[in-house]
Amino acid sequence: MIDYGRLLSPKVQALKPSGIRKFFDMLDEMKDAVSLTVGQPDFVTPWHIREAAIESLERGRTYYTSNSGLAELREEIARYQKRRFGLEYDPRSEIIVTIGGSEAIDLAIRTIVCPGDEVILPVPAFVCYEPLIRLAGGEPVLIKTKEENRFRLTPDELRAAITPKTKLLILPYPNNPTGAVMGKEDVAAIAEILCGTDILVLSDEIYAELTYNGKHVSIALMPGMRERTVIAAGFSKAYAMTGWRLGYTLAPAEITRQMAKVHQFAIMCAPTQSQYAAIEALRAGDEDIEEMKAEYDRRRRYIVDRLRKLGLPCFEPEGAFYVFPNIGGFGMTSEQFCERLLFEEKVAIVPGTAFGECGEGFARISYAYSIKHIDTALERIGKFIERLKK
Amino acid sequence: MDTILKLLEENAQLTAEQLAVMLGKSEEEVKAAIKRYEDEGVIRGYTALVDWDKTDREYVSAIIEIKVTPQRDRGFDRIAEKIINYPEVKSVMLVSGGFDLLVTIEGKTLKEVAYFVANKLAPMEGVLSTATHFVLKKYKDKGIVYGAPEVDERGNIM
Repeated sequence: MIDYGRLLSPKVQALKPSGIRKFFDMLDEMKDAVSLTVGQPDFVTPWHIREAAIESLERGRTYYTSNSGLAELREEIARYQKRRFGLEYDPRSEIIVTIGGSEAIDLAIRTIVCPGDEVILPVPAFVCYEPLIRLAGGEPVLIKTKEENRFRLTPDELRAAITPKTKLLILPYPNNPTGAVMGKEDVAAIAEILCGTDILVLSDEIYAELTYNGKHVSIALMPGMRERTVIAAGFSKAYAMTGWRLGYTLAPAEITRQMAKVHQFAIMCAPTQSQYAAIEALRAGDEDIEEMKAEYDRRRRYIVDRLRKLGLPCFEPEGAFYVFPNIGGFGMTSEQFCERLLFEEKVAIVPGTAFGECGEGFARISYAYSIKHIDTALERIGKFIERLKK
Repeated sequence: MDTILKLLEENAQLTAEQLAVMLGKSEEEVKAAIKRYEDEGVIRGYTALVDWDKTDREYVSAIIEIKVTPQRDRGFDRIAEKIINYPEVKSVMLVSGGFDLLVTIEGKTLKEVAYFVANKLAPMEGVLSTATHFVLKKYKDKGIVYGAPEVDERGNIM
């Protein structure tokens, strides 16, 4: 008998599996449950984008592309970033096309973090950062962002977390699960602290297109920040392209050159069909983004209003497609609340603790669903809350 | 305020209260706008999109191309306004191209529709010719895709 525990990497074995799995397994067995849990758009990728991928297959474009991605795609990415966010990156030396935003995050962390480095991570945040930091041998330093600060990272919190070992700050805004954004003043204040240090920034901007009170402002635009920032971005959320697995990094040439090696040896290149689809998305998809965003915004207003009327305190989320209501007022943990809601009313929402202990007292509700679906779920949540209040 | 029209065209069941919240306006504003649209005839009505194939009702529909002789002064209006009076006629449109009027019609049976074309439409004064196309299967109507109801196949991953 092989003793796998002795053989397999202790670092990997020490990783905690995503705690939410158990909850999703329960949900999967309950066929008639109304779910508000999904973290991906309910739209189908616009047809003209799908068609571009089909055409690439018809033309027999079934080969690898260059490691960094099709030159044409990188040029379109550069144009798009300039047009939509004012960012300027050289398509030849500063952009790598990746397998989703996920690989972009992984590339940056693996390239930057050395054993013993501290990585500052504002939480609650998406579940991938902490394990990736640990795999790289780094030490996550968590900053619990607060509801009263609208879950933004404040300069004071950052200052208090910095030590001589700090190597990297991860900036996951617009944020999954809270829906928080960092405005221009917010990132400017963070930038001021970082300038003149040796701390780099990984800005996860996968939700950059989905902001509802003004355009997203990248920290890379702040004075002195471009040279110390890696941006992870992608197509999944903006164009409803999650299944295509396509993202990219934007970073200074020196960093890109190093990341490109990790990418080259681990991945080779992103899927060719997805890359052709992405070219079409960038060339003719601005309107698709606006339409989907307008629809998300309407749902966002609707769901926040309904939750507040039900008596659930809910800070106004300004980005992504999640609301993060405070469910701490019922004498239950988030998990107990969500489990009872699932069993008693057959509505599934994600307990905040799925995103770390700091999510206690909150739940993530996705509004990547039709208004009708949201309506049904909220009616049931309303009944549940009425009962709890009695 | 055109957004209200777009949203109602997609889902006429949205209430003024819902629309108000979604668009960040007051309920009164939305109600007033809808009333104005109705008064001005911008909003012509609210109907349900029924897939009769899913019911027991005997039902056929057809699209009829009609060539007509336009009349002096009144052009195509007179004959179109005559055709709209039949309750089995669901729509009448003047179109460009190889024929003039495009009429959709619904009836209980094929026979009924054939009777209407042969005995009411074709003999009508000014009608030169008709071509009837029976609908065999509907794939999409008013932006709604027919067929099996959509299943949410998105995975729950974290």
